[in-house]
Amino acid sequence: MSTVNEHGIRAEFKLQLDSFALDADFGAPTVGVTALFGPSGSGKTTLLRCIAGLERATGSLRVNGETWQDGAKFLPVHRRPLGYVFQETSLFPHLSVRANLEYGLKRVAPAERRVSLEQVTEWLGLERLIARGDPAKLSGGERQRIAIGRALLTSPRILLMDEPLSALDTRSKQDILPYLERLHRELNIPVLYVSHALDEVARLADHLVLLEHGRVIASGAVQETLARLDLPTAHLDDAGVVIEAAVSEHDEKYHLTRLDFPGGQLWVGRTDQPFGSRVRARLLARDVSIATQQPQGTSINNVLNARIVEIRDEGPDKVVVRMRVGDEDMLLSRITRRSRDHLALAAGMAVYAQVKTVALM
Amino acid sequence: MHTLNPDDLQAVWLTLKLASVATLLLLLIATPLAWWLAHNRKWYRSIVAALVALPLVLPPTVLGFYLLILLGPEGPVGELTRAMHLGTLPFTFAGLVVGSVLFSLPFAVQPIRNAFESIGRRPLEVAATLRASGWDRFVSVALPLARPGFLTAIILAFAHTVGEFGVVLMLGGNIPGETRVLSVAIYNHVEAMEYGAAHWLAGSMVLFSFLVLLGLYLAGGRLARVMR
Repeated sequence: MSTVNEHGIRAEFKLQLDSFALDADFGAPTVGVTALFGPSGSGKTTLLRCIAGLERATGSLRVNGETWQDGAKFLPVHRRPLGYVFQETSLFPHLSVRANLEYGLKRVAPAERRVSLEQVTEWLGLERLIARGDPAKLSGGERQRIAIGRALLTSPRILLMDEPLSALDTRSKQDILPYLERLHRELNIPVLYVSHALDEVARLADHLVLLEHGRVIASGAVQETLARLDLPTAHLDDAGVVIEAAVSEHDEKYHLTRLDFPGGQLWVGRTDQPFGSRVRARLLARDVSIATQQPQGTSINNVLNARIVEIRDEGPDKVVVRMRVGDEDMLLSRITRRSRDHLALAAGMAVYAQVKTVALM
Repeated sequence: MHTLNPDDLQAVWLTLKLASVATLLLLLIATPLAWWLAHNRKWYRSIVAALVALPLVLPPTVLGFYLLILLGPEGPVGELTRAMHLGTLPFTFAGLVVGSVLFSLPFAVQPIRNAFESIGRRPLEVAATLRASGWDRFVSVALPLARPGFLTAIILAFAHTVGEFGVVLMLGGNIPGETRVLSVAIYNHVEAMEYGAAHWLAGSMVLFSFLVLLGLYLAGGRLARVMR
């Protein structure tokens, strides 16, 4: 499990609203991205707003060993050293792009500034956007990049992001994701990322907090948590696991790249990632099939040795199989109940997992 | 051939002074009031809103009558002002200012309130997460975003004060240089059958009002473009 102690976030909130009650108790580690994931109405955004102090819940909140809220104390929003990126683009229309970026920066004492306008401009590629002057001349994705930069310029000690991509079209999303990944690498502050999109979580998060009806139902490292069959995430249509692997070989003839991980190797479409770099691969349960004998004459490139850990029914016709590959990684496979009975699959069996599609993140 | 005589000019000057002072005071009073009405959800908000809107439906003479009693030597406010050695307000310029402010209050409060409400909470929340304190958020975000509302409020409050008659007559009477404003001067001319003089005043009034409005709208439009 992750390190949840004096450093990191420790939150416990109770809030009764008209239609819904939040009763959340969770921790998040000091570094990396923690995704708050759940269906709409599960309280993710409310929880994030409580952490920011935009919503006043009863309870307590400690961030990096500092008390932001307890029975007696409630630090007002503007005194909390946090950055907040809202769901819809929220630039001030009466200020220029540059003045928007500098709005928070100017309000932080010079001695406490750890992020410069030049740095943020470089990280997020903002130079051309600043030159355009008026926020109304920017696209949704560009405005969101400015909003992220504006939040970072307050030198926050924690970054809160409320579905920053959900208001964007697919293309803007694809444009902005690399910037978010870059932030993930460059920033050494915790990021809380609210999302209801499993692919964003799989791509960006290190730690996952699952919410349902205002309660935290699970919390843990993203790899482990996504592979748990007792959680609703394993039964979503795009359920699947994340595997961290190293780029180990480029096959120029067939335009493929080999990824090595402790449980075996995966061939994926040729990537530009340099040799040796660490990448994330996402393997969806619906793209993994199971064979009890070494498959012969198959077009599938990726066949992994696996051992069944657990099988769980999912609806009248399907089951989800959880398998161990190597010592560290898990794999999920969604197959029919008939196939399970036909192959007499059971926990403990050694099988061959055939992976049809691997998405490189 | 008539032109504006010195008495008429004095009335014009007095009217402009009254409208300017009243508008300035109205902005100071209406802004916090509009903010409170836009952001408060207390049960008595509707009562306050109704009280503010009351001069809209009340005949000006009714408002003037109660003010006369309230501010007069026997009224509670009158006794207070006398105890403070300020004398009484009726039949003074200060009395007219008080009457005008009350009379034009809804015209100043409503546009500003609408502007604050249409901004919503989100920009203020954003500013708070960017370290802006409450007052800072108000000055740096709420005021600039509500600018069109303020412009409307200024125009309406000013114009409404210039055109006021009933309250002035009840509260201020007809003292040259002190309370004889334009509308009263026109009334005097008409009553004395001096239609020529009335024409000059009324006509210049129409022209002036038009020019003020035109200027403000033009400036407002250009200002809005420049500020972006």
